[in-house]
Amino acid sequence: MSQPTPEKKVLTRQDYASGQSVRWCPGCGDFAILAQVQKTLAALNVPREKTVFVSGIGCSSRFPYYMNTYGFHSIHGRAPAIATGVKLANPDLNVWVVTGDGDGLAIGGNHLNHTLRRNLNLKILLFNNRIYGLTKGQYSPTSEKGKVTKSSPHGTIETPVNALRFALAAEATFVARAVDTDLESFSATLERAARHNGVSFIEIYQNCVVFNDGAFYAVEDRATREDALLRLEQGKPLIFGKNKDRGIRRKDGKAEVVSFEPGKPPADLLVHDERALADYQYMLTQLEPPDFPTPVGVFRSVEAQTYEALMEDQFQAAQKPGADDLEKLLAGADTWTID
Amino acid sequence: MSTQAKEGKSGKNPPSRKPVSEIDAVTIRFAGDSGDGVQLTGSQFTSTTASAGNDLSTLPDYPAEIRAPAGTLAGVSGFQIQFSSKEVLTPGDRPQVLVAFNPAALKVNLKALEPGGIIIANTDTFKPANLQKAAYEKNPLEDGSLSGYRVIPIEMNTLTDRALAELQLPPKQVERCKNFFALGLMYWMYERSLTPTEHWIRAKFKKDPKLVEANLRALQAGHAFAETTEIFEHHYRVRKAPIRPGRYRNITGNEAAALGLVAAAKRAGRELFYGSYPITPASEILQVLSGLKAQRVKVFQAEDEIAAVCSTIGASFAGALAATGTSGPGLALKSEALGLAVIAELPLVVVNVQRGGPSTGLPTKTEQSDLLQIAFGRNGESPLIILAAATPADCFDMTMEACRLAVKYMTPVCLLSDGYLANGSEPWRIPKLEELPAFETASIPESASFAPYRRDPKTLSRPWVAPGTAGYEHRIGGLEKQDVTGFVSYDPDNHQHMTQQRAEKIARAASDIPPTKIVGKDSGKLLVVGWGSTYGMITSAVQELQAAGESVSSVHLRHIHPLPPDLGGILKRFERVLIPELNLGQLQMILRSQYMLPVEGLHKVKGQPFSVNEIRERIIEILRSKKG
Repeated sequence: MSQPTPEKKVLTRQDYASGQSVRWCPGCGDFAILAQVQKTLAALNVPREKTVFVSGIGCSSRFPYYMNTYGFHSIHGRAPAIATGVKLANPDLNVWVVTGDGDGLAIGGNHLNHTLRRNLNLKILLFNNRIYGLTKGQYSPTSEKGKVTKSSPHGTIETPVNALRFALAAEATFVARAVDTDLESFSATLERAARHNGVSFIEIYQNCVVFNDGAFYAVEDRATREDALLRLEQGKPLIFGKNKDRGIRRKDGKAEVVSFEPGKPPADLLVHDERALADYQYMLTQLEPPDFPTPVGVFRSVEAQTYEALMEDQFQAAQKPGADDLEKLLAGADTWTID
Repeated sequence: MSTQAKEGKSGKNPPSRKPVSEIDAVTIRFAGDSGDGVQLTGSQFTSTTASAGNDLSTLPDYPAEIRAPAGTLAGVSGFQIQFSSKEVLTPGDRPQVLVAFNPAALKVNLKALEPGGIIIANTDTFKPANLQKAAYEKNPLEDGSLSGYRVIPIEMNTLTDRALAELQLPPKQVERCKNFFALGLMYWMYERSLTPTEHWIRAKFKKDPKLVEANLRALQAGHAFAETTEIFEHHYRVRKAPIRPGRYRNITGNEAAALGLVAAAKRAGRELFYGSYPITPASEILQVLSGLKAQRVKVFQAEDEIAAVCSTIGASFAGALAATGTSGPGLALKSEALGLAVIAELPLVVVNVQRGGPSTGLPTKTEQSDLLQIAFGRNGESPLIILAAATPADCFDMTMEACRLAVKYMTPVCLLSDGYLANGSEPWRIPKLEELPAFETASIPESASFAPYRRDPKTLSRPWVAPGTAGYEHRIGGLEKQDVTGFVSYDPDNHQHMTQQRAEKIARAASDIPPTKIVGKDSGKLLVVGWGSTYGMITSAVQELQAAGESVSSVHLRHIHPLPPDLGGILKRFERVLIPELNLGQLQMILRSQYMLPVEGLHKVKGQPFSVNEIRERIIEILRSKKG
């Protein structure tokens, strides 16, 4: 995905729509995500035949059926492993993984962890709605502690997993967050992810209208969004608010919100750095409502050799004339002849 | 016929002055601490014996622990070899010669030794501490308890120490050379040349000339000791066996499976992808393949068994020849993904190297108890092709067969091997490329008429079109698919149709199975049916009894699902049918339900292969009893 090959024909969003009727609940955040992904691929002019969407199980995992690319709707939690096989078999393909908070962080947590640390050039979209939707309303690994659901009638007693901290701990080379309805920044983040040469992980806040409506109300609603979101921009201070009158700084090792007169930010605001030490990014993941705005955008983006490039290097290093001679290989080191 | 020593394997030892007695076959077992270099000694003896022109079969026996406490019964490692001037089908029931490096090795292996057999014991280790670790109250070499055997006591440590004195090596290094002393001794006993092992030592320790010298001296000292000492009265001659002309190597089942995958990929014209997670006794396949970078073998060591099989499914979707290897507990973890491969109709090969179960069971021991798991251990109607290899070298042919059927029928194929085949070895005639089978896949239509589930009318397999191919973009998955189009479908009639189509496709693979070979007459009193690694023991027992005039024949199944189309007819031509298996009757259950015949079983689950004798005795029992 790092070097999308331009096709002669200019592609539009419609070129990426498979024509199968989309079966998510009316008002589901997945529609917005599907549209953004289709638009982004069209904008990047990625050839459809070189694109593969792999998913697991859950509402989000129906995604590949709606993309007019190659696609594989697999089994619960295993999409990263299947995508790994696809990518290694043909590193030329643009491989996307679509997963959810249950699929990616519960049943598939192990695969996600290892896939992130290996740094294959895979694009992983984790739709986080903090609920199990397809099974109709049980709590998920990202449900807030105390949440009442069908399987936690007295409230959950589990500490939720933070998807971005999970990805950072696995040392993923590209870690980002987006909100389904916050189209402009979502689109920019998707494009960055697509261009990143390595594993890209985007947590997408996605509203489940049926089982967890309003989970991200503050960051989704136009009226409250700008006060609730902290938009991360490389090299820029952490400033937020409709009037751009608040910022984040560190005091005594802790993050705090500081208010100021618009246009006159204090000098000690933190400046966003995607390549900073992990403790900075870890701090960002701890900024949560109600005390803090929710950061969105690219948390971390660093360069590292991909798994598939290292594999190819080893192949190249082993190439010598006759080294791939099959009969020689079958014979091994010790042979004898009977005649 | 003659053997021509190649690749530096020629060489003559100094002529011996002692008499020679000729024998047809001999079985030797080397046994000692897992740190004693028993496996190395065994494999050196094997390659020297192979190059001397004998037919042979070997079986290592490892403890599950990597290094159990030295000198204990749990830490005993063994290596058995049978070699002969005739065809060899098994590593031998009971050794005639036991080389025991310590008391524990003697204790563990004595009951296997043939009455009157030879015990070559390293007396330096038969000291109170070691005797106690082996739970001996008295020294068995001295208390008369071994009077039924011929004991040859040798101070291996002392003699090795003496031979290496000039080199002034640390005692630990000297001690490590004693297995070469023993090897030299055994080479003298069976008129083997020292040269192949001398070459091996020079190559192995080339970075350390002192170690080369030390091991060479130990080897030569063992040989010279046997020639000069009065303990050895004569040596034994095992003449060359009549072996099909060709170029040979020794090969284990796991090596053969790995090479079979590489050869299959070459024949299929595809890259090989192998996704696996280390598990005993299948890990060597992963290890062998991971070294083959020049062949561009794409090896992925996954985070677990599930990711391993899922990565192969992804690689298969993307057009690679994809395989995974595992053993029983790993196969259990792969079940759900295999179901996905069944419904997605993607080719992939699972080499399942069976071991003792259930659960962790006996990881280093052999068993044939995964047959019903692979046949039925998935949700839904989920048929796939099941094959079984009969011998270590057959793992090569059957791995290729598994790959050939997988791509022809667009299905997962499981090849059942087991611990016995995986680690056992035998001489293998190295095939020429043109002798290897050809591969075929369903043709790909023009993109306008392409549909992911439009089946080949003959094989019922669907077209295999990999991502990257413009104009064929399609989606597959684990939800039931509409016939032809591959769209998600919940239609009741479509599900019934697709379920039956998947079953019928696998059933049609029966037409690829060659006629069943019958060892002996094609009708009679008793037919012995085997599968997998029991081949050598069953065939040996049956042939011996045929030579004695008994009405018994055998067939050995290499295709288990679907079964060979001619099998039902064959079974019905015999009055009784016996199935010896290393389980509690798994093939027996399948054949009973398939043919509604009262086939009988012989069941063993001791983590060890059958002996020829166990099978022979059961056959005689049946032949002598009245039916019913």
